[in-house]
Amino acid sequence: MNQFQYVRPSKPQAAIEAVTKDANATFIAGGTNLVDLMKRGIATPQKLVDINRLPLNKIEKENNGLRIGALALNSAVADDKLVRQKQPLLALALNAGASAQLRNMATVGGNMLQRTRCSYFYDLAMPCNKREPGTGCGALEGINRMHAIFGFSDKCIAVHPSDMSVALVALDATVLVSGPKGERRIPFADFHRLPGDTPEKDTNLEKGELITAVDIPDGPFTKHVHYQKVRERASYAFALLSVAAALDIENNTIKAARLAMGGVAHKPWRLTAAEQVLVGKPATEATFRQAAEVAMQGAKAFKHNAYKLKLGPNTIVQALRTAAAAA
Amino acid sequence: MKAQDKQIGAPMNRVDGRLKVTGGAKYSAEYELPNMAYAVLVGSTIAKGRLTSIDAKAAEKAPGVLAVVTHFNSPKVPGFDTAGKDPSQPATVGGPLKIFKDDKIRYNDQVIAVVVADSWERARYAARLVKAQYAQEKHKTNLEASVSDAFLPTAAKKNPKHPMNDYQRGQVDAYKTGAIKLESEYVIPTEVHHPMELQSITAHWEAPDRLTLYDKTQGTMATRRDFAKEWNLPEENVKVIATFVGGAFGNALHSWPHESAAIIAAKVVNRPVKLMLTREQMFTNVGYRPYTWQKLGMSATPDGKITAITHESIGQTSTYEEFTESTLAQTRMMYQSPNVTTRYRLASLDVCSPIWMRGPGEATGAFALESAMDEMAHMLNLDPLEFRLRNYTEQDPEKNKPWSTKFLKECYQLGAERVGWNKRQLKPGSLRDGEWLIGYGMGVGTFGAHRGAATVGAQLLPDGTVLLQCATTDIGPGTGTVMTQIAAETLGLDPKKIRFELGNSSFPKAGTQGGSSTVNSVGPATQEACLALKEKLRTLAGAAFASAKKEDVTLTDGYLTLAGNAGARVPYADLIKQGGDKAVTVEAKPGPEGQQYSMYSFSVHFAEVRVHELTGEVRVSKLVSCADAGTIVNEKTAGNQMKGGAVGGIGMALMEAAHIDDRFGRYVTKDFADYHVPVHADSPDVQVAFVNKPDPHVNNLGTKGIGEIAIIGVAPAIANAVFNATGKRIRELPITPDKLI
Repeated sequence: MNQFQYVRPSKPQAAIEAVTKDANATFIAGGTNLVDLMKRGIATPQKLVDINRLPLNKIEKENNGLRIGALALNSAVADDKLVRQKQPLLALALNAGASAQLRNMATVGGNMLQRTRCSYFYDLAMPCNKREPGTGCGALEGINRMHAIFGFSDKCIAVHPSDMSVALVALDATVLVSGPKGERRIPFADFHRLPGDTPEKDTNLEKGELITAVDIPDGPFTKHVHYQKVRERASYAFALLSVAAALDIENNTIKAARLAMGGVAHKPWRLTAAEQVLVGKPATEATFRQAAEVAMQGAKAFKHNAYKLKLGPNTIVQALRTAAAAA
Repeated sequence: MKAQDKQIGAPMNRVDGRLKVTGGAKYSAEYELPNMAYAVLVGSTIAKGRLTSIDAKAAEKAPGVLAVVTHFNSPKVPGFDTAGKDPSQPATVGGPLKIFKDDKIRYNDQVIAVVVADSWERARYAARLVKAQYAQEKHKTNLEASVSDAFLPTAAKKNPKHPMNDYQRGQVDAYKTGAIKLESEYVIPTEVHHPMELQSITAHWEAPDRLTLYDKTQGTMATRRDFAKEWNLPEENVKVIATFVGGAFGNALHSWPHESAAIIAAKVVNRPVKLMLTREQMFTNVGYRPYTWQKLGMSATPDGKITAITHESIGQTSTYEEFTESTLAQTRMMYQSPNVTTRYRLASLDVCSPIWMRGPGEATGAFALESAMDEMAHMLNLDPLEFRLRNYTEQDPEKNKPWSTKFLKECYQLGAERVGWNKRQLKPGSLRDGEWLIGYGMGVGTFGAHRGAATVGAQLLPDGTVLLQCATTDIGPGTGTVMTQIAAETLGLDPKKIRFELGNSSFPKAGTQGGSSTVNSVGPATQEACLALKEKLRTLAGAAFASAKKEDVTLTDGYLTLAGNAGARVPYADLIKQGGDKAVTVEAKPGPEGQQYSMYSFSVHFAEVRVHELTGEVRVSKLVSCADAGTIVNEKTAGNQMKGGAVGGIGMALMEAAHIDDRFGRYVTKDFADYHVPVHADSPDVQVAFVNKPDPHVNNLGTKGIGEIAIIGVAPAIANAVFNATGKRIRELPITPDKLI
């Protein structure tokens, strides 16, 4: 492993300063992704700023919503009574990710910052614009079974691997960030980026900015929710494709709907047009199918991932069916 | 368990179970030797070409680095220099890669350097600093693109009796003119063994001509022979220790570049060197089940009698070694067909050599044959079990010999009852539970009941225990446990008073643990060594024992005793005084029975699967595996093997596939995020049933072997169940959701 310095500040400001001042410094929390990347030589930070001592792990009620500290563990959030009561979709998505052991280490902030699992990104001997800008996209004409069908560019067709983020984008969450220029709030949908010409940048965080919490506004989605994750084994695998669905149903009429997909783009993919199709309609198979068709507009497949064009709408229907039926 | 209980057949706990679960069992990477150094491999980043230079300056200067060994500075390995044997010539049958011998790159991630340092972390860091330059050549890594270059294995060309030659009985390709016929192509992707324990070795030159290896191997004797040859040493100068092996599934049946690298490195730094592969290197340097294309044609009469089968296969091999396996063996003997044609071919690609992976060849072949059986049964509108019964072979149609034993019909019956076969509907897609389509399928497996020569040493120790020793390994099936049971029963001694030591090439010799042959071979040697020990002690025990039969002599509580004669009791101490503590060593060998009988183990697997109508996800909800494996020495360890094989079969059917990006000739699946093996949630509670009838011909114990038949036939059982659930016939494994929606 590369030599690196390690510091463990106890105040957020000190942590922010440490990363801001040092071009090759980075935050580390659970380390479930960063340590792997370091072992493989993909990430080579010269300074690790361990933020685990910062007081950022609370889960609490806040202004008509829920505030989840950036250092709250994935397992703690998934098991939290408030979360399960107010935002059960988030708990479902979290429990669909990784393994129990990883969820016990991984934090909410770290989960959002996971890097893609594209195998070209992970192999130093392969081209990858995300890892080494200018080398080309290995997946574009390579083995791209896992890759994007929305929002890609010819520089990168990787997908974001997080399950949690799919639920958060559906739930209109906001990311709270503290940085050298002060604090700011980033709507979750604007937190991750599309690859464009700079796929090396996964998010809109700036150097030295630290995620401190995620806010989720209270909503009516406490019952009819489902996170449908499709994978070729029953557990512990990244999604081929996933759907987060949340419905507010009254007298079998959909009053409000949220829908997002994972495993299809460089960021968690909110399906607002499909949501609009759902609202005001009866919660029936035909409605779900119609929404699914709208959701897939603009999707484009590569050599090995054309199945997602069919799996996408099917999974949306399945997620909506299950959400509607949830008692 | 008490001595008087019957030991063979008892579900005894593993003798090393406690050691394994408490961390007390020492695996090859866990040996610590004084002054040890650590080695990490550097692999090529091209698939074919020549190394033009290696810049190791930065690595050599890195902290703690002792040496960077490459083709450019490696000491000569004397055994590599056998004249006229250029490993790059596919014209020869070839042999393991001779690393650092020349500048040729034969596959991607081929070992081009080994970095040795005073700690593993430092070696790993420095390994990343090694930079190579290549003159790249055009590579071939795609089998489908190389079909036209496929060839008959050289061994078959040289020897018309070699089993890899084309086979035919009756008319060639007679299925083509059959009344009801099918012709289907099947593909098995490359699958990787991936035992939990990574391949590792500690190489220690105890003297310039004396080498000790703590190695992950399935055969201590074979590894000793290979490396004695590589270094032109007498075999007795090389010692191989593999006391515990954390799974292998075949990938430790061969000697690999990392072993050679560790031995060379140890020579260079003159210190013991430990080398452990990374999980990524487990994909590239220690073999795999080869990508195989198959075509199967079959014809049948309307009343369900097979009239002809033609089965062809092309398996992938490397450019420097011709790896072959028995892909077509099951097709020649399983069903009563008057006309059978088989053709086996290889395609040489710029890849690492494959190696047998559990149920080698047969598991691949059975996917085609047993899928085709299901396809034909469907065409005939017949229950697939009934179709198999109508074509059951009462003697071996290939060799025209009687079976030593065959209780496959009993297996069919056991399995069909347990899985609930009567619920199966002939028409696919008939059963469902809400969104899940339900289907049932079956697949048959067979594997030769192989037996080889084995030698076991038996010795009475002063503390009253009996020590048995054999060079065999135990890669997980519980060899030490079942040998203890065989010895306990033969000696009449409490199993706790028996210690069976294995995994050391200095012990009395035995073959490699592979091909389901260990109990068949080492079992009789253990039995005979124990009988010889009793006989020896009897002769030392004085007058009362003079005319006793050895079956009546037992070892109990510190005394040699005689059945039916309470007065005949001789303390061990008396026997030991007369030399009773010297080991007896006995070799047991197969006789002519293999000429007289066709000897096979058989299995059948029944699967119930659920396929989601919208997402195409497949879940195996029931799996029943039944085996005719002769006498079951220990139902617990034998059951473990069957369950392990069944889970391996779920992986083969539903998720395992290693993919190469042919543009780079390089694997894109290089970790467990990309290469999936089943997790617990993918495995139902596998039900196992044994016929448990002895085979009187393979050996005195009546055993036939379990390890391979545990997986052979599982993948087609699942594929056939998927067809029954959905009406979709998937002929290319694995059956992933994208193929079903």
